[in-house]
This record gives sequence, structure tokens and C-alpha cells, in this order.
Amino acid sequence: MHKSEIFDVSRRGILAGGAATAAVTSLPRMAAARPAEAARPETAKVSLTVNGERHDLDLDTRTTLLDALREHLHLTGTKKGCDHGQCGACTVIVDGRRINSCLSLAVMHEGDRITTIEGLGTPDKLHPMQAAFVKHDGYQCGYCTPGQICSAVATLGEIADDVPSHVTADLTAKARFSTDEVRERMSGNICRCGAYSNIVEAISEVAGEKA
Amino acid sequence: MKPFTYQRATSPADAARAAAATPGAKFIAGGTNLLDLMKLEIEAPAHLIDVNDLKLDTIDETDDGGLRIGALVRNTELAADKRVRRDYGVLTRAIVAGASGQLRNKATTGGNLLQRTRCPYFYDTNMACNKRKPGSGCAAIAGYSRQLAAIGGSQACIATYPGDMAVAMRVLDASVETVDPEGATRAIPIADFHRLPGDTPQIETVLRPGELITAVTLPRPIGGTHFYHKVRDRASYAFALVSVAAIVRDDGSGRVAFGGVAPKPWRVEAAEADMARGAKAVTARAFADARPTADNRFKLPLAERTLDAVLAQARA
Repeated sequence: MHKSEIFDVSRRGILAGGAATAAVTSLPRMAAARPAEAARPETAKVSLTVNGERHDLDLDTRTTLLDALREHLHLTGTKKGCDHGQCGACTVIVDGRRINSCLSLAVMHEGDRITTIEGLGTPDKLHPMQAAFVKHDGYQCGYCTPGQICSAVATLGEIADDVPSHVTADLTAKARFSTDEVRERMSGNICRCGAYSNIVEAISEVAGEKA
Repeated sequence: MKPFTYQRATSPADAARAAAATPGAKFIAGGTNLLDLMKLEIEAPAHLIDVNDLKLDTIDETDDGGLRIGALVRNTELAADKRVRRDYGVLTRAIVAGASGQLRNKATTGGNLLQRTRCPYFYDTNMACNKRKPGSGCAAIAGYSRQLAAIGGSQACIATYPGDMAVAMRVLDASVETVDPEGATRAIPIADFHRLPGDTPQIETVLRPGELITAVTLPRPIGGTHFYHKVRDRASYAFALVSVAAIVRDDGSGRVAFGGVAPKPWRVEAAEADMARGAKAVTARAFADARPTADNRFKLPLAERTLDAVLAQARA
């Protein structure tokens, strides 16, 4: 955990510095355009249980679950890709089911149990799905990976819970693992690097099947 | 996103009352479509009424042997229900053909019926769109209309209804139960639920202001073999160019509805009399009033061929 924290802080520091410089040059225009909205932000209180830890927050009602995790709880493992539910980078697990955290308001998650990539495992104690992604090279740039892994873990849960999919041949039989099932069920997670075949191998290994 | 106030409703009647009493209010359930549109400021509600606590999330058997599906039942749970898989296979097939696993885990039965069009001119706020901004015109009719309606459109709008679930609901003769701000309930046949655009494309359903969907009821099972064939540009996670929801009996008779071709799930009951004669006879009647654009004319032969594939599979 330590190593990655140091790396994260320094990288984020550089990014934040860059953003601050840009903000200074555009400040007068921003300030002139903002006051009406800034004067009356609608806020609401919410308690989120994230990775087993309870957080009491007072948030602008517009805050998505994704922004609450990243900007307020500083859990930056969950990524913002398209911010419109099309790419899956923001996938987290809420009460056992994967969702797009970008298309959900934080204030709507009172009392929910939320699991992010940080809650699945740590660098010292990887979740089996994290270890399998490393072993099979289930990524190149890594940006989509936290969403892919959360989605993969929940996908195996959905098969175990007998949720059918578009490629399930017999709806009256119990849902079963296959690589076709994985490809279909993971279609909400886009990998622009195209690591799909290795992702399927990683998920298959965790499921105890051959890809 | 525009600022909004937020409340959690405690009962369906309470939610409907609050919606009628608060200017600019909207219900929110799964939020997967509404929040997407709010980020683009295509939707800008001043107040959100969260209906997720209303306990409308069960699937119960009705007295006449059908199913009553609570408005808050998630797409995933509805598709996975053993009774639905056994007796209403077309509905499970339609749901799992739509969206992604993540979205189906949030999307609700009621909200899915109210899903708004994916017309690119509705989404692009720089473009004229009578649905988004009544009176501004329709940039789609002379524009890029490959995905848009080939039948049922008007001079004001050729947007398609994008969903899959409602196409199956239509072939199953489902009915939509609601409660209004006065506490009165009614059941709306799915055939009457979505409106054709005419000259008011911004009004997409027959719901009145503040009226809340509480359930969707399916009549008793009609047997037959159930199909949902969806043709799209990608193998998964894409909207339909054409979809076919069909129930075919052993003697070749049956029911069929089409998705992706019209502003609402498209079913012409009179055309079903020709089911045993084959796809050409059915689609000739179902699409007799088609007015396709040059871009989407292909949907008419595609609908025929998709139905033909379904009927061939039913015979096999």
C-alpha cells in the first residue's frame, strides 16, 4: 500500500499543479459566470458504507456516487471514463451487484454497502481476480482495469446467482460459466487497449475453467 | 447539471402528490437514463422524487394466473425470475438483449418503459429537435436517419422508442398500473401507453402530470415458443436497428411486435392473422403505412428477414 500511495501522491500532485495553473488564467471569467449557481448549492446528508467503513457526508445533490468516491473520499481507484454509463470504467459493487457509479447519485445510496477496487484487495493481499489480471496481463494502460475487475467479480456472482444472459441457450436451465458468457456479460466494460482475450483468460482462471 | 432539490417518497400516493405539487419535479428510480440526460441538461428537473423506498420491488402471481411486476423490480431480477423464464421467455430474452449488466442492475421496470429516444438530434443540444425543444423543428428528417423511425413518425419527429423490454411487454399484452396525485389508480393497456408523435412529440406517453407507474401486469401465459431477435451494429450492448419479439404456436399462428422501427413498440394485430403464411405476408401488412427515409429504408426488408429467421427457427 505504502509504495503506491507515494507514487499516487506525487503523480496527483503534478496533475493538481497543472490544473491550478490553468485555473488561474481563466479565473476572472469563471468567477463572473458562477455566482448565481454557487450561491445556492442544494445539499443533502448521506451515510455511505464503503469497503466496510461508514462515511457521513454532506453533498451537493448533483454529486454522483463516482464523484463522491473520488473527490470526497479520495478513493481514486474507481475511474471516470465517459461519465455516461457507456464505458464501465466507474464500475463498483453495491449490495452485491455491479453498477455504473457515474449514473447514480450519491444521495441515493443511504445505507448501501459499496465495494470499490480498494475494498477487493490490497497490493499485499490481492483479490484472486486482481492476481489473475496481473498473471494474464489483462490490461495495457490499466485505466479500465479497476472497473473490469469489479465487473468481473460481480459477473461470476451473477452466474452463481443464476442470472441468464443474451447468450444463455436454455432459459430454464441454471446459468453456467463459459467464455461466451463472459464476453457477453462483460460487454459493458470497454478496453481501448484491446486486452479482451487476456481479460477472458483471467476471469476463466478465477472461475476454475479453461479459457 | 442544473441544481435540484431531492426528497425520498414514502408511499406511491405521497410520491404522486409531491410530483403534482412541486414545479419541475421528476421521479427518479434507477436513474440510468435520467442522469445521463441531466448531465447534458436535456433534462433539468428542479426537484427529484426518489421512489426507491416504495417497496414496489416484488413479482407476485395474480388471481387470474398472470404476474404483477412491481415498478421497481430491476431488469436483472425480472429477467432472472424463474416464472418469467418459464412462461414469458420473450420478456427475459428482450431484457438481456438490452444495455449492459451494470445498467440492467439499476434499470427498473417502470423506468425502462419511460426510456427516452436515442435520436442523435435529441441528444445534440445544438440541433433543432421538437421533442427536446417544441417548435424548434426536426433536424433528423433531412439528416442522418439510419437509426430512426421507418413507420409511425410525423412531420415533427421520426425518433424511435429505443427499448427492448417494452417490445416484449407489447407482444404479451401487458398492462401498466398507475396512481395519480389524487390517489386514483388505473390500468393502461401497453398498446395505449406510448403515443405516436403527431405534432406533440415531447409527449411520449399517456401518463398525466404526477402520475406514477406502480406495476406492470402480465396476463396468464399463452404458451408457444418465445423469441426475441435483435439486429444491431455490435453483437452486444447496442440499440436495435430492428428487433422482433414473437410467440409462435405449433400450428404456426402467433403474435409478433417489432422494435427499433417506430416511436413505440410496433405491433399490428391484424397482420398476425398471416403468421402461418410467412414473414413476407406479415410484414407487408404490419408495415403497410411505412414512410421510411432514404437512410432507413433498409429496415423494412431487415424486419421481414429477421421475422423469417424467427419463423424458420420456430419450425426447426
